[in-house]
Amino acid sequence: MNARRDQGDAFDAGRRNALRAAGSGLAVAFLWTAGMGPAVAQMSPRRQAADAAAAAADGNPAFAPNAFVRVDADGAVRLVMPAVEMGQAIYTGISMMLAEELGVGLDQIRVEHSPPSDALYGQPLLGGGQITGGSTSTRGQWQALREAGAVARETLVAAAAAQWHVDPTSCSVARGVITHVPSGRTLGFGAVAEAAGKLPQPATVTLKQRKDFMLIGKPMRRVDSPDKVNGGTQFGIDAKIPGMKVASVITSPELAGTLGKVDDAKARAIPGVVDVLRLDNAVAVVADNFWLAQRGLDALDIEWKHGVNANLDTETLIAALQESSRNGPALIGRKPKGEAAADGKLIEASYISPMLAHAPMEPLNATVHVTPGKCEIWTGTQVPTRCVAEAARICGIPAEGVVLNAAYLGGGFGRRLETDQVEQAVAFARQVGYPLKVIWSREEDIRHDRVRPLYFDRISATLGADGKPTSWKHRITSGTVLGRWAPGAMGKDGMDSDAIESAADLPYDMDNVLVEWVRHEMPPGLVVGWWRGVGPTHNLFVVESFVDELAHAAGKDPLEYRRSLMKPGSRALGVMNLAAEKIGWGGQPLPARVGRGIAVGSPFGSHVCAIVEAEVTEQGQVRLRKAVVAIDNGITINPSSVQAQMQGGLLFGLGAALYNGITLKNGAIEQSNFHDYRSLRINEVPELEVYSVESDEVPGGIGEVGTAIAAPALTNAIFAATGIRLRRLPVALAQLAASPDALKRVAAVGGEKEDVA
Amino acid sequence: MVTLRVNGEDRQVDVPPDMPLLWVLRDVIGLTGTKFGCGIAQCGACTVHLDNQPVRSCQLPVSAIGDRAITTIEAIGQTPEGAKVQQAWLAVDVVQCGYCQSGQIMAAAALLARVPNPTDRDIDTAMSGNICRCATYVRIREAIKQAATGQQHGLQVVVDGSAA
Ligand code: FES
Ligand code: FES
Repeated sequence: MNARRDQGDAFDAGRRNALRAAGSGLAVAFLWTAGMGPAVAQMSPRRQAADAAAAAADGNPAFAPNAFVRVDADGAVRLVMPAVEMGQAIYTGISMMLAEELGVGLDQIRVEHSPPSDALYGQPLLGGGQITGGSTSTRGQWQALREAGAVARETLVAAAAAQWHVDPTSCSVARGVITHVPSGRTLGFGAVAEAAGKLPQPATVTLKQRKDFMLIGKPMRRVDSPDKVNGGTQFGIDAKIPGMKVASVITSPELAGTLGKVDDAKARAIPGVVDVLRLDNAVAVVADNFWLAQRGLDALDIEWKHGVNANLDTETLIAALQESSRNGPALIGRKPKGEAAADGKLIEASYISPMLAHAPMEPLNATVHVTPGKCEIWTGTQVPTRCVAEAARICGIPAEGVVLNAAYLGGGFGRRLETDQVEQAVAFARQVGYPLKVIWSREEDIRHDRVRPLYFDRISATLGADGKPTSWKHRITSGTVLGRWAPGAMGKDGMDSDAIESAADLPYDMDNVLVEWVRHEMPPGLVVGWWRGVGPTHNLFVVESFVDELAHAAGKDPLEYRRSLMKPGSRALGVMNLAAEKIGWGGQPLPARVGRGIAVGSPFGSHVCAIVEAEVTEQGQVRLRKAVVAIDNGITINPSSVQAQMQGGLLFGLGAALYNGITLKNGAIEQSNFHDYRSLRINEVPELEVYSVESDEVPGGIGEVGTAIAAPALTNAIFAATGIRLRRLPVALAQLAASPDALKRVAAVGGEKEDVA
Repeated sequence: MVTLRVNGEDRQVDVPPDMPLLWVLRDVIGLTGTKFGCGIAQCGACTVHLDNQPVRSCQLPVSAIGDRAITTIEAIGQTPEGAKVQQAWLAVDVVQCGYCQSGQIMAAAALLARVPNPTDRDIDTAMSGNICRCATYVRIREAIKQAATGQQHGLQVVVDGSAA
């Protein structure tokens, strides 16, 4: 998922400026407030109009200076989280930013989910919606949250100083205690909370210098860890509401198909089955527990009605994309600056990136209780205010009638940026009087995912006498996530900034670059969605594979070739050099059928390089041996979280590249559970090292960065090991194990190379 | 009526004999720490112990349990291995979304009870049935080694950052 700043007429200039700034936090320059008007909501460090109601709903705590900090009379410090926690450790990062300035330890605070409110918790980088996505949370909140902590601290200090009749500047704060330094007198936050709540807020606050940080920059333990090791964390699926019943559902397996006749006699005969509910395209069996509901569902005799997708399969869809790629119309994402040299060696290639399911570990679910004029929801979502709006629409009630109870998310990866499952749960729940928990089985979760788009890419370059490209042309063809999800954020020319991120902003110093995007309308019902890294994940696969192809054509080492194209001193070059040094690039010769692949890029405001070492067995199986990641994400809030996100993100991307591709047959998704939609397992994990570059730059995103850089490092390693270039993912589907020809080549490579294992 | 011994307590439950233990724990008894991930014995999120052996509760009919003792994530900290595993999990901060972690910890505790000082191979064998979509695998391995040996493996996190 991507973002862009687009200020009316300045858009094209802005895009060019952004491109010029490539290598220095470009993604931040691409943020989307486009078309959202000047009045976008966004979080503020100071009290806003909407704070009064929020504080009242919270029982009017003694001190509630803004939407984030609560100090109760007993001294308890509660921090309200503007973003949601789905594993990325943002609750810890947010707590560190607030607590750093507030002057408390992380062991002294309690974190709370925020209520739905764009006005209080709108993410400025995403058009002001209360949205957790696009690796924007730290980037978007770095300033506001530290200020929010400082506003709270200075007000508390002012209250203490007033009580002592001393100058506030003679006071210090540590661990929730204010000290009058000259006299040594102390007051806890709780003791002055009430008084502080009545004081005016400071007009300006001074933020700490980096050298004075107590928390930021330390590997702090996650604030949510203790409950996650003893089963205590409450995920949406764990909701327990008195009188609640549980539903299992099936939606037409053929996308956009509809429900015909249902014979539910056998289901209703099962003791414990309570109801059978219908929607246009789905049916639910309600029971006392989920297992009974599933049994009931299995006992239904359902007739589905075909729709427009009855004959849709993956290859037809790819052919349609290829047709669009040929015929356009193409929007220009980056214009060449000059004319390419007339002659030179032309290299051309095309790539296919498959649809992908998210499969978050916690299957999608929502618990909903609809009563006259009211709808109460319990769920984990990346878009709380969107859920409220949809529920209000479906129930025909004002948004004020909707109560959303937030929960921890058992993984998001972009899937919980959608509201479809919540909408369906509301539509079922309004047919009954009791609270209804709707759980999608894993099969439903995968068959009705809102998949990462399918991409078809044509890319070409002309190499000059020195082997460097004198021109570069890249045409991307895909459906648009942004165009559906936030149409107002599309460029005026109709450009989807996510589709071209990390393709238009290359880390390479080249002038004659043409990047185009062709919008392909996906068939109705085949809804494409954000998937960890979206545009950059796909573009980096294409771009970094192709740069490898060029290096090969030029007869150069892939690392040296990249170096020759990068500006000296650039941050991307910095991470690439670090990763190369750490893995010992070009050192010891590698065993037969073992190769190293490199990939570098600057997605989500950070700079990253991954080097993967992989072995291809004579049977065509790929084994990951080693991986090194170097990351420059500007100022690091929590080094432990950065390491964890790079580890997990890279492995998530490697697993997808190795195994995953959603395919269609007769309009239905063919995969359904972890047996045919594989996930990387611990025995397949390579030795993995993460290195960070120390930096004073503003924080970049980290949640999607590791995923975005994974695939090309892997396929480049496979090329280095075998000479086989994979231009279609996943690896398992491509011509390795499945192709006798490839196996012959793999065996031949093994013969040629010196085995020094 | 079936009597189940769960975390040291006898529980009478009125459920069909073929109902999987997972749903009895979650929807009948109300112990929601044990998770549903796939329902087909592929992911390990539903792992509990039967007489200290790890089993997938999504595939285990209650009628097959008999008088064997059931231990879930809520009580694993009361066993020596469970306590060590939880402590190591916190020291290297394994969890991300956390949803798979009940199953991971149950599998790891069972491993340590059987093999007090596991090799990488032992870890692969014992843990490869547990999927983590957040891919916390590097730290899972480190934490198991730390729990087994008491020596630090990998980055150690700090809890109280107030001291400079
Ligand atoms: S839920 Fe039992 S193994 Fe996945
Ligand atoms: S921590 Fe998220 S699935 Fe393992």
